[in-house]
Amino acid sequence: MEDTIKTKRMSWGRRNAPAIATAGPVSFWMIVFVLLPMIYVVVISFMSRNVYGGIDFTFTLANYKEMMEPLYLKVIWKSFKLAVLTTVICLLLGYPLAYYIAGKPSATAAKLIMLVMIPYWTNSLVRLYSYNLLGATNGPINNFLLKIGAIEAPLDLLYSDGIVIVGLLTAMLPFSVLPLYTSIEKLDKSLLEASKDLGANAFTTFRKVTIPLTMPGIVGCILLVFIPSLGMYYVPEALGGGKVMLIGSLIRNQFLVTKNWPFGASLAILMILMTLIMMWIYTRVASLDDLEEVF
Amino acid sequence: MKDRVGRIERKKRSFNLKMTIFSLIVFAFIYLPIIVMIVFSFNDQKRNYYWKGFTFKWYEKLFTDSDLIQYLWISLAIAVLATIISVIIGTIGAFGLVRFEFKIKKLINGALYIPVVIPEVVLGIALLMLYETANMPLGMAAIVMAHVTFCIPFVVIIMRGRLAGMDQSIEEASMDLGANRLTTFMRVTLPMLVPGILSSCFMSFTLSIDDVIISNFVAGPKSTTLPVKILSLVKVGLSPEVNALATVMIAVLILGLLLNSLTQAILKKRAENNVKSYF
Amino acid sequence: MAEHIVQLEKVNKYFGDNHVIQDLYLNIEQGEFLTLLGPSGCGKTTILRMIAGFEEATNGMIKVEGERVEDKEPFERNVNTVFQSYALFPHMTVYDNIAYGLTVAKVPKDEIKERVKEMLELVQLMGFEGRKPDMMSGGQKQRVAIARALINRPKVLLLDEPLGALDLQLRKQMQIELKRLQQKLNITFVYVTHDQEEAMTMSDRIAVLQKGVIEQLDTPDEIYKHPASKFVANFIGESNLFDGVVESVDGNTVCAKLVDGGRMKLDAEGFSAGDAITACVRPEVMGYSLEPVEGFDIKATVKNVIFIGSQYKMYAFLDNGQEIKINRTKQDSNVREGDTIWLHWENDDAYGIKESV
Repeated sequence: MEDTIKTKRMSWGRRNAPAIATAGPVSFWMIVFVLLPMIYVVVISFMSRNVYGGIDFTFTLANYKEMMEPLYLKVIWKSFKLAVLTTVICLLLGYPLAYYIAGKPSATAAKLIMLVMIPYWTNSLVRLYSYNLLGATNGPINNFLLKIGAIEAPLDLLYSDGIVIVGLLTAMLPFSVLPLYTSIEKLDKSLLEASKDLGANAFTTFRKVTIPLTMPGIVGCILLVFIPSLGMYYVPEALGGGKVMLIGSLIRNQFLVTKNWPFGASLAILMILMTLIMMWIYTRVASLDDLEEVF
Repeated sequence: MKDRVGRIERKKRSFNLKMTIFSLIVFAFIYLPIIVMIVFSFNDQKRNYYWKGFTFKWYEKLFTDSDLIQYLWISLAIAVLATIISVIIGTIGAFGLVRFEFKIKKLINGALYIPVVIPEVVLGIALLMLYETANMPLGMAAIVMAHVTFCIPFVVIIMRGRLAGMDQSIEEASMDLGANRLTTFMRVTLPMLVPGILSSCFMSFTLSIDDVIISNFVAGPKSTTLPVKILSLVKVGLSPEVNALATVMIAVLILGLLLNSLTQAILKKRAENNVKSYF
Repeated sequence: MAEHIVQLEKVNKYFGDNHVIQDLYLNIEQGEFLTLLGPSGCGKTTILRMIAGFEEATNGMIKVEGERVEDKEPFERNVNTVFQSYALFPHMTVYDNIAYGLTVAKVPKDEIKERVKEMLELVQLMGFEGRKPDMMSGGQKQRVAIARALINRPKVLLLDEPLGALDLQLRKQMQIELKRLQQKLNITFVYVTHDQEEAMTMSDRIAVLQKGVIEQLDTPDEIYKHPASKFVANFIGESNLFDGVVESVDGNTVCAKLVDGGRMKLDAEGFSAGDAITACVRPEVMGYSLEPVEGFDIKATVKNVIFIGSQYKMYAFLDNGQEIKINRTKQDSNVREGDTIWLHWENDDAYGIKESV
């Protein structure tokens, strides 16, 4: 198209001022406080620690090799196991609860969701500590069991993997109910009815219709429970007496105790990789917008 | 036929009953630690190990001479500051991210997800490394900035949703009538976003006030928030005073929520009855 | 040259690769009611939004009151808009909604009060000042939107399908009110709609758009009688179109052979033998008889007759499957379903379209 009339344009500044004024601060903040530090973590993970606890800026893979030592592999494996168990139990407890809440009228459902969230607004450490009181050798559970004669000597309920899982559940359960509720609530109830009419029994309906349709919620739940569970080092600290270690505890120690940044950074990279894998899986079954609806 | 309908009806009812019972058990599990927490705030023992006897003295101590309160004030101050900063940056930022197109928009949208999904401990060490490398002293300011960092994404996510659901022609109408962009934002966009802003404030405040992990990294030796203080106490055993404090905090929060829903209901009712004339 | 209140010159607009407005020229006169009419996606709303300043032209010139406005923000342009969704401020009362334009211009309170009152009277909403928009009906909201847009005393009012969300009866009533309002205030209305009846009712001139191009810009009467293209003929009112090739011209009268066989004649200017011609015959002037008529050879089969209250609509089919619409005010008892009829018309009842747009 020849000889077009050139349209009068605003100056670059006038044109872009609104976008810069609004998106500028958030962009600046995210770049300085999230993106740059993350890149720095990656870089540091390939450096080595010098004798003074500082960083020697020479490239090395030593930190990643160190991770392969049996001592650390054991911790990584265990924290992986605990996180998986926590996630599975969260799903098993959270899904029926979310299903139950979604079946209620919306005003009741909103109140029930509130009821799920309230504990989360209580100080999590004090809440966790309650299990120490309950499970103590002369605590209510042991006293009760002794009294009815079910046991002869108090059980050692604390300082075990089991109590750490209970602790992780306490911390994570609300976050599993939310994404599940959002996706179950969106289900078209008539779809389930239709499947029943076609002769599928309740369980088949659940497996073939409900589960696939609520997949975004299920994967969202896994994303919001599994990943944080790997890092919540304060849970075993409050409950296991520090006996049980998570990857998070390892990382914490590298930074706050032994001052080995590069090794700590490489452990962080491991967690970031796991997160990315989870995110990738998530984007296979749902879009990130679905995740946003949770909040 | 009638019999079959009856059987399905019975089956449905028994399923519903089972679901109700199951949900009650899950709720019991969720609330058990809180009930224990409240009960043991009345325990007459210096450190909470087992039940010794009932007392009110921890509540008295809490309100008369307690060093816990000073940590609470620090936490509150940090939470308020972090909330104000993150809600301002996040709300304006969400507006920019929804309404305008620019080169690094994708990058920023991606970066916003990082604090939401990444384990807190990773963000904690990343920020610690940033502060130390930039020679920034740890302490109050460092904690506030860290909290702002993990609150902003939640604010943006909440506000982005609200903005996307808003009819954009309302803002256009304002500009059409002669209001410039700033006036339009202040007089039209912001008032319409008030509910979203309130949820953002609530979200940021609760995230900040309960944060243990990230604060633990950037608090430094001198200034400590309440959760970080409690973390250090947890190893030696918590005093019932801590339970009392947590109980008071959750009571205040629930009271606030109730008041909020009450005023909302009253305002709604009043608006319905209120048709007043201007002339 | 007469002063045009709004002038678009060689305006193009792309959304990505999508060329939604193509080399558009449009002059809008002071005080006229101009309607942009077309199916959805024809670019009519885009034109309105470019005049208002919500959309930027890719190239071309837009003048309001003789001054180029392409680099001006919406709030710097002396035009106001009534939106399809009303776009009332939900958190403000009717009073504050209407007063908004003056409030942001920092007009003294007393004057605002005076002018809002004036506007409320104009749109007959006295007593609704304190209401919030969500407590009003669609028609009332629309009046508020109009009052709000008029209080700034714009030279041009842009209306984007403002009646689209109203039910038929209310829409008809509002059409008349809007036309009256426009005549009373003597300001220019640029009105966007996809409803041809609405356009016919209100407009001084109609611009019929298709795929980003103005197919015809003229008075409703002219457009109905002399459609410039087959698209316009079909879009404005009902019509029967017969494609043919001119065989002979005798003064005003053109004889043509139909493409699918048969022959016809009509009055048309500017045709010569061999030209393609499309005869446009409106259903109310479509003639038929049970025997062939001289000069015509168009056979059709009657499908059915429907009574719709004001008239009888007869549907018939040509051999090639084309549907023919015939409207009559009285029932013709001679014709039944399945009968063969012969179509014809008075020479000056048909209009010859040259397909050269």
